[in-house]
Amino acid sequence: MTAKENVKSREISEGERMWSAFLRNRTALAGGVIAVLIVLVGIFAPWIAPYDPLAQDSYYRLAGRSVKHLLGTDDFGRDVLSRIIWGTRISLIIGICSVVAGLIVGTLMGMVAGFLRGKTETAIMRLTDVIMCFPDLILAIAVTAALGANLLNLILTIALVMTPRFARLSHGLILSLRERDYVVAAQAIGAGVPRILARHIFPNIFGELLVAGTLWTGVAIRLEANLAFIGLGVQPPTPTWGNMIREGVDVLINAPWISVFAGLSILITILSFNMLGDGVRDMVDPRLRGD
Amino acid sequence: MFSYVVRRILQSIPILLVVLTLVFVVVRVLPGDPAVAALGDYASKEAVNALREKMGLNAPLWLQYLRFIGDIARGELGASIITGYPVAKQVATVLPHTLLLTMSAIILGYLFGVPLGISAAVRRNSFVDYFNRVFSLLGLSVPAFYLGILLILLFSIKIPLFPVVGAGEFSNLKVLLRHLFLPALTLGLLMMAYITRMSRSSILNILGEDYIRTARAKGVAENRVLYRHVLRNALIPIVALGGLYAVVLIGSSVMVEIVFSRPGLGTLMVGAIKQRDYTTLQSVMVIYTIIVVLINLLTDLIYGLVDPRIKYN
Repeated sequence: MTAKENVKSREISEGERMWSAFLRNRTALAGGVIAVLIVLVGIFAPWIAPYDPLAQDSYYRLAGRSVKHLLGTDDFGRDVLSRIIWGTRISLIIGICSVVAGLIVGTLMGMVAGFLRGKTETAIMRLTDVIMCFPDLILAIAVTAALGANLLNLILTIALVMTPRFARLSHGLILSLRERDYVVAAQAIGAGVPRILARHIFPNIFGELLVAGTLWTGVAIRLEANLAFIGLGVQPPTPTWGNMIREGVDVLINAPWISVFAGLSILITILSFNMLGDGVRDMVDPRLRGD
Repeated sequence: MFSYVVRRILQSIPILLVVLTLVFVVVRVLPGDPAVAALGDYASKEAVNALREKMGLNAPLWLQYLRFIGDIARGELGASIITGYPVAKQVATVLPHTLLLTMSAIILGYLFGVPLGISAAVRRNSFVDYFNRVFSLLGLSVPAFYLGILLILLFSIKIPLFPVVGAGEFSNLKVLLRHLFLPALTLGLLMMAYITRMSRSSILNILGEDYIRTARAKGVAENRVLYRHVLRNALIPIVALGGLYAVVLIGSSVMVEIVFSRPGLGTLMVGAIKQRDYTTLQSVMVIYTIIVVLINLLTDLIYGLVDPRIKYN
């Protein structure tokens, strides 16, 4: 027997390499765990929340933290902890749905622009330039005011803000990829544009899109909170973190915990997505993976 | 260089035109009749029609658009349909406060963000580096209005050092600065977080370049390497991306103005939306648009000054 046969070796796949790089990154791991926990809280809110978020209790108005109400109560006697737990749903639904919508539409736009070039590309990229001329928040405020503030409109508005970002990102990626040998070869043997886009381009931009999607979910959640604080979010009495902070500001001197804890939820959620996104970026970039 | 400046300024004009068109469209899409909003639901049909005629809302859309562009070119911003007060006067009163706030934040951001980023890049894995990474991560995650509320809790309520609301007058500098401190600190911390993260990564990128290794191999003193070779090249993306973030900062300034009840464009805009005051809303959005285009222009011009590839072309 030779030494070679004695040693058992195994091909480590790309996926395994990426996963172990992710696990080694403690910040990313922490971010991922927290993000998953927050999503679970959102999903199981009806079972986790100790009280009905809309139930008012005039006797315990503006009560501080106690065993009965772990995070205190608000001006209507509603349990702050329960409202924060239920508020997780709104923030996550709006944040994730708007980013997914923006990703799908934006990436399609960018891919079409990057691949077809010419007048189509100019038209699409000029459109994204114009939309991106407005600061995110100001555009979101204007469009929400125009459409009205409810769950669906908020998702649409923030998706509108996200779409040009994804369009620009995928457009840039496509431009760098389309000259690669395997794309030119695929074109040479007669592969059609949809097939090239689906089988050759998309798998290679997927990683970058995942990074952007994760990081920009934090941006979307922050946008929603901003709108809710101004009064352009999902309307009361539905609990959203932004609404709660706004109501809490009125009683800030006597009952700061309302605003503080609602805001802390926003901060932790955005933080976890940022940590996770940084980790995914390191995981996706082969140079940083340690390849 | 001069041709670059001229070309860049001329390019801004069509950009401005297109963005103003978008403002026109967005404001027209707002539901409800502006005349009804001004006169109330119980106004007579004749009165509503008369006001519509006066506001020019019965004219065809293309004519309204041409009048819109013409008015802006002449600096005519109309009058609030709720109060009748000229919008230009309102904007003139509040714009200096918004500019003061935003400029202070940008200055703070660069003043503290760049040195922090440099120290973090140069002393890798030290406490400074660690602090930099935590600080920038937190700064990028915290919503502006929440940070403002926390600062109010700490430095206005718990320890009564600074006033909570208002901005003071430009005539009284001490009061003005006292009112400016917390809002500027709020926005400044956010800008700092972004700039310091960017500076750190920009300098780390440059430190890995071959010409730095060459300079060190030649025996050049570390200080000189840092100042003459690293910093000059790192500055280019720091300026460019800083300008980009300044636009984001304008959005955040709206939130900070609301939290601290400061007079400003943001407060004016949100108030106009709540009252369905179309004229004011339209004009405020026009002003914001012009500011953004100017910032982009300024960034490109500074970029042209700092990047030798453009300067000596």
